[in-house]
This record gives sequence, C-alpha cells and structure tokens, in this order.
Amino acid sequence: MEDILPIRLVHLLLHGLTALLVAPLIPGLINKVKALVAGRQGPRILQLYYDLAKLIRKRAVFSRTTTWVFLLGPIATVTVGWVAALIVPFGHFPAPIRFEGDAIFFAYLFGVARFLTVLSALDTGSSFEGMGSARELTFSALAEPALFLGFATLAKYSGSISLSGMLASPQFTLSRVMAPHILVLTAWFIVYLAENARIPVDDPNTHLELTMIHEVMVLDHSGRPFALVLYGSSLKLLVLGALILGPFLPRTHYWWLDWVAFFGALAALAVAVGIVESIMARFRMNKVPQLLLAAVVASAFAFTLLFA
Amino acid sequence: MIPYGLALLLVALSGIPGLFLQKGGGRIAAILQGLGALAGLTASLHLLCGGRPWTLSLPATPLGSAGLLHFDAIAAFFLIPVLLVPACGSLFGVGYWRDRDENASRLHLLYGLLTAFLALLVAASHAFTFLLGWEGMAMAAFFLVITEDRNPETRRAGWIYLVSTHTGTLCLLGAFALVSAATGSFAFSAFPAGLAGTGRLTAAFVLFLLGFGFKMGAFPLHFWLPPAHAAAPSHVSAFMSGVLIKMGVLGLVRFLAWVPDPPLWWGGVLVILGALSGILGVAFALGQHSLKRLLAYHSIENIGIILLGIGIGSIGKSTGHLEIMVLGYGGGLLHVLNHSLFKGLLFLAAGSVVHATGTQNLEELGGLARSMPRTSAGFLTGAWAICGLPPLNGFISEWLIYLAAFRGLILTRSPWPILTLTALAIIGALALACFCKAFGIVFLGEPRSEHATHAHESPRTMLVPMGILGGACILIGLFSFLGLPGLDRLVADLAGQQVLPGIGELAHLPALSVLAIPLLGLACLLWRWARAMPSARQVPTWDCGYAAATPRMQYTASSLADGLVSGMRIVLLPKVRWRRILAIFPSPRRFHSHLPDPVLDRVASPGLDLLSRFLILFRILQRGYLAVYLLYVMLTLIFLLVWMVV
Repeated sequence: MEDILPIRLVHLLLHGLTALLVAPLIPGLINKVKALVAGRQGPRILQLYYDLAKLIRKRAVFSRTTTWVFLLGPIATVTVGWVAALIVPFGHFPAPIRFEGDAIFFAYLFGVARFLTVLSALDTGSSFEGMGSARELTFSALAEPALFLGFATLAKYSGSISLSGMLASPQFTLSRVMAPHILVLTAWFIVYLAENARIPVDDPNTHLELTMIHEVMVLDHSGRPFALVLYGSSLKLLVLGALILGPFLPRTHYWWLDWVAFFGALAALAVAVGIVESIMARFRMNKVPQLLLAAVVASAFAFTLLFA
Repeated sequence: MIPYGLALLLVALSGIPGLFLQKGGGRIAAILQGLGALAGLTASLHLLCGGRPWTLSLPATPLGSAGLLHFDAIAAFFLIPVLLVPACGSLFGVGYWRDRDENASRLHLLYGLLTAFLALLVAASHAFTFLLGWEGMAMAAFFLVITEDRNPETRRAGWIYLVSTHTGTLCLLGAFALVSAATGSFAFSAFPAGLAGTGRLTAAFVLFLLGFGFKMGAFPLHFWLPPAHAAAPSHVSAFMSGVLIKMGVLGLVRFLAWVPDPPLWWGGVLVILGALSGILGVAFALGQHSLKRLLAYHSIENIGIILLGIGIGSIGKSTGHLEIMVLGYGGGLLHVLNHSLFKGLLFLAAGSVVHATGTQNLEELGGLARSMPRTSAGFLTGAWAICGLPPLNGFISEWLIYLAAFRGLILTRSPWPILTLTALAIIGALALACFCKAFGIVFLGEPRSEHATHAHESPRTMLVPMGILGGACILIGLFSFLGLPGLDRLVADLAGQQVLPGIGELAHLPALSVLAIPLLGLACLLWRWARAMPSARQVPTWDCGYAAATPRMQYTASSLADGLVSGMRIVLLPKVRWRRILAIFPSPRRFHSHLPDPVLDRVASPGLDLLSRFLILFRILQRGYLAVYLLYVMLTLIFLLVWMVV
C-alpha cells in the first residue's frame, strides 16, 4: 500500500513541510507547558515564529573582534538541521535519503554544528562565551558515547546501520519493546536534554553566566544570524526528537494514522521536557557529568543485554 | 619502473645543488622535489588504476634470488604521501627556512635524502632493502630533527628519537631473523597456512609490533614523538608526522599481507593498541600548551584510528567475514593517506604561525584570523578534516572503520567491534574539543601578546603548499567514490585474495557526495542571506555589557580544556601549581599547569637515569690507554681459543 507513488509523494511532502515549518512549534509548546504548570498564562505557542519574523527584519551587530568565522556557527546550525532531517525518518516512513551508515553521518553532522558554534563563540573574544564553549565541549564528549552505544544496540537489534532501518523498521511495534529499548530511550532522553540545552543540564531561560552553556555561546549574535540560531535549535529539538522517538512509535495500519502518531509523540516529548523543566532545578555544573555518565552506562547496559 | 626510478633519483639529488650555491638552493630543491613527485605520482596512479606491478631483482645475489623491490598496489599507495607531502614541504621551506638560516644546505640535502629512502622503503620486498631504507630513514630524520642543533632542547629531542628508533630496529632485526628461520628466506612472500599459529611466528608478531610501534608512535612507544615534532622545523614535522610515522603502518601492513590466517587475538591486540593510542593521544593533546606538541599528540591519536581499522580488518579476516575485513582495511589504509594530507597541512599552518609570531605557545597567540586570513583558512580546513567531520576526507575513512565495526557487531559475537566503536566515538568527541581549542585560541579572539599583535600573512611560497594539501583534503572528501577502484585493488593486495566484495558495494560513498551538495549549497545560500541585511560593525564585543575587558581576560587554552583535563586527571596526572586565594584583597598570584608525558617523563627518563648510574660502573674498563685495549683483544682471543679447544 505504501509503495504507491502518490502516497510516497505525500509522505515526502509531509516530511519536507514538517522539517521546514513545524520545528518552532516545539519550543513554544515547551514554554506553554512550563507556564501552565507554574500557573501563568505564558507566551503564545507560536511565539517563536513572531520572534523569528522580527529578528529577520532587524540589523545585526558585529563586534570588531569577530571575523568571517563568526557567521559560520549560526549557518551550520540550520544547514545541519535541514540535512539531518533528510536522513532521519519521521514516524514509520523511511527518510528521503537513506543508506547503510547514515546513522554515523547523522551524528557527525551535529559534530559540525558544535564545532562551528564553539568557534563562533570563541571568535568574540569574550570570556563568558569561552566558558560556555568549555562546558559544551566537556559535556558533549560524554554524550557522544551514549549516542553511539544506542546506535550499536539498535543496529544489533535491527541488523541495519541506517536510521531508516533502525528506527522505521517494521519489526518495531509497541508490543516488542524490550528492556534494551527502554534503557536506550532513557539514555537518549538524557542526551536529548543535554544536546538541546534543557534543564537539568542547562537553563535556556537565564542569561546568568554561572548557569548557562548554550545560551552564553550565542550571546553576541543578533539580527538574522540570531534568527538562524533560534530556528536551528528548534530544528535540533525536532530532528533529535524524531531520532529518540523512532523505536517507540506504535505502528498502525493506516499511513495517515502513523503521521498522527508521530506528531502526537512529538507533542508528548515537548510536554515531557516542559514538565521536567518545571519540576526540576538545574544541576550544579559538577553534577552534570554524572548524569551524562549515567546515560552512557544505561546504553552500555542496553547493548550488553542484547549481546548476552 | 622508469617513472619510479626517475622520482627516486630526482628527490635523492634535490639537495645536492644547494651544497655548491650561495643562495637559491632551497628553490632548486623544491623544483626537483616537485618534478620527482609528479613522476612518482604518475607511477602510483597508473598502477592503482589498473597497471601491472613490476619487480626488480638481481640475477645472482648472496641474499637469494628473490626480488629486492616490488612495486605493487601497497607500494603505489604509500608512495603518494611519501612524495606529495615533502614536495609541498620543500616548497614551504623556501619561505620558511631561508638559505641564510642555520644549516640550510644540510636541511635541503637531508630532506631530499629522507624522501628517497622512504620511496625506497615503500617498494622494498626483501629484508635487506627494507632495513636499508629503514636505517637511512632513521638517520636522515635524526639529522633533520636536530637542524637547530645549537639549542640543547633540540639536541635532547634528537637523542630520544635516535635511541627509540634504534631500539625499534633491533626488534625488527630479530623479527626478520625469526621469519627467515621459519620460511627459509629473507624475501617478502606469503606464508603457508598454519604457520601463523606457531610460537616462532607469535614471537615475530610481537617483535614486529614493537619495532613498527616505535616508528608509528603507538602508545606506550610514542614518547619520542612529541619532543621531536616540537623541536624540528615545521616542514620537517609535517613530513615526519604526515609520512615518516606511517612507515610503521607500512611495515605492519606488509607483515599482515604475508599471513593468510592471522589468529583472532592479533586483531584484538591491534584494536586495544589502537584504542589506547587514540584515546590517550587526544587526551594528552588536550592538555598541551604548545601548538606543535598538541599536533604531535594528535598524530598518536590518528595512528590509533588507523590501528583500529587494521585491527578490525584483521578480525574480519580471522573470522571469515570478508566484508568486515574489506571495510576495516580500506578505512585504515585510506586514513593513512588522509592523515598525511591534513596533518601535513596543519603542521605547515602551524609553521606559518611560528614564522609570523615567533612563538608556538598557545597562551601567547590569538586573533590571527584577521592578520593571517589564508593561514587560518588552511588551519581550519585541516582541523575540520582531522576531527573527522563531513564532508572532508577525515570523515570518509573514519566512516569506513565505523561501518566495519557496526557490521562486526551485527555479524559476530566478539567484543572487539563494540570496543572499536566506543573508542572511535570518544576519540571523535575529544578531537573536536581539542581542535576547537587549537583553532579558537590561536586564530580567534584578541591577540594575547605582543608576538601575536604584530603577526603578518606568510609569503606565497608558504601558502601554495597549504592550498595543495587542503585542496586534496576537500577533493577526497567530496569525490571519494572516484578512488574506489584503487582502494579495492589495495585491499586485495593486503588481503592476499583477489575475489573480494568491493568497498563500493558495502559503503555507499556516492551518497556522501550527494549529501555534500545540500550541505554546501544551503550554507552558501544562508551565508548570502545573513549578510544581505545592513549591519553595525566596529563595536566592541557585548560580553554582558562588561566594557573594560582586556585581551588577557579572555578564556585561555588551559581553561578551555580544563573541564576535560581535570575530568580525566586520574589518567592524565596533570601537574598544577598554585596557592589558594584566601585574603579579601589578595596579592598577585601565579598559576602554573603542565601535563607531563606519562612514559617519557615518568618511566623512560627516570628509568634510564637509574640505568646509566648503574652502567657507570663499567667505565673502569675504559681506561683510554691503547695497551689496555690491546690486552682486552688478547684476552678475548685466548678465551675463544680455549672455548674452541674445549
């Protein structure tokens, strides 16, 4: 049924539109959940779209210390998000581009974004931004093994090294989710919070230099580059969300219902992030590595369980 | 055969005219090296594109009738970096090491000779020619390291290198003797099946691993490498780090090619060595304050990645999974070429920085991206590639090794693939951190000292070689699939089998090239879009409104790496000296941090000091009188006589 050309085209169209347009909804939803839990009205769900529209029309300010490297970070964030969206499946339909080993490409794409974001931050010569960069580098070095051990688990389970094979595999139904998958989900949820700079690793709300990692690295961006930064980070929430939700989406008999399930799961993920942010405080900086190590250990256990 | 011979001759003689000329010697050497590289590259490409291998043998030699030189795909492949990097390096040297500088003509001569010995070594197919090339390489490299021999630090680095390389050669002599005892020949030829499991071959494997491990700088035999690379002139470091240490890999690959049935534990040992070198190499690089020492530790890391690839390939061979073998060997060997390109580029860019500022201390640099835009673009390309980030060449080879590891963990139940995978992931993340530090601190921000303030862009002779190497990194990254036939042929030579699955069928390299199009296209579009809006420049960094920041208040290299270095302090054992600040208005305080090498500074140096204190006892024998030495000769003769009679 899914091989009929019109339906394939509809899938591609939906995939493309989701990647381009839906992303800014997720931060809006998280903020709305946080506001509701705190008993506030909160900003509109569409607030990020308004912010982006405003920033696009504003002039940018560039410090005289900065060079051509300064623009690379914001540009890479968005480019990487879009290209990653090409190879990650949304729901149960395989991604537009898929090949053996695209999971590794996916992980290294975000390496490109991190590399250039850190360099953009260091380009300003500000010690605040240096501090954020140092923390980003330290924590991501711990998140990387957790991500790859998760890939190893899913590859062993599905026999495929492609994201479409690992995540959108027909083997995955809710009834077959087992202990290794739950451990991978736990590990990847922690990685998701860390990579997207959410509580308890980072606080996206504060501009206090003592609490922030990602927020401080983009302190000096303004105008269109800053719009790219904001859009890029919402894109990352979407793409990594599709990654960690993949193995756990229930599979239905109707393709349109699969899409509904995907959007529902994405919304549930945003609500979960919002609730975590409402009920937890950010960890002290020296506690964060322990949390990330827990993610590494969880995914290592997942692999061991499957291996045994 | 003729292009190869021509290349050998041209590079060997490239330094000779310089001995007789007052000036212009460097220029002539660079031209001859360039011509030699062109000749040699035609030979290599011809063979890798399907040409026939040839053998040079002497009809009747006391060494047996086997070939002395055999130019096969492995030789052709290794010849590419062996000629390309020194051709770029000698051109770089024209601007970097002027003819009036210290020991210039000696430098030109030995640079050419080293290239020639390496070119001889790659094609050697007999223990005699191999060891000839090996020792020639060791001696030429020693004199190149001590080019600035008035500096005691340089002399010390040279001695450490000399001692290590000869210890390695000693192991190789023993290993070749064992192999010839087992096969009856000093020639390089495939072993009969079943030989690899014997005790003699096990000993030979261990000795080869020691000998080649010293050369390639695998942990813990790496300790000569950071001081030597930091002390040598930058284009010599580029040559040594990019090419010379790969000769250890060449030797290992030659040995593995003889063995039709390597035991499983060989692959395991290689994977462990690779993981150890890779992770510790990059971890120690993170804590360095000197740009060239940092790059030297990254060579150890990349040797680790190569060993991971070759190790997982060998495991594939042992377990009979040909696709794992092909991917592992292919990735490991491709990384040899890739590393020589981007590490050559990085050392040349570092040389350009040293040339412009006179210092390689990270804490004194900064802001060079504005005064040296081309050098910084070169360094950024190299850093991008060495971190294994797409779409450059470093990613391609690491990706192949990843694929081998993933297939290994799907197909087998052995623990090595998951170890390889985890090690690669950790290495990747740490390398990224380290090059954020290296590029960010040296080229971005504000200059941290007078040295960096007055920096100037380097002359064109120094920029062109960087352009060539950087261009090669980009081309291999974007058009990797074009090299597939050559890589298949190379892997077939290494595997000793002709019928193998092609790498192209296992790894979909064109997909990476296709994905590079949206990656670069979108980036260009967004670049134009972001710059289309008018903007305010010439304002200070906002920095949360803190207006009076000085360049000295920027984040330093040490503080950027502190999170990771102090996180790994149990392994790295950094030395930090500072006094806690207690007073409300404290007086100025000093902070000093240093990351000593675990083997050189903690084991080898103290151990050798102890040994030399003991060996001093033997000085009694050395009286300095001729009569005494004659007495020794006579006593020996008498002893031998008695021994023969009895």
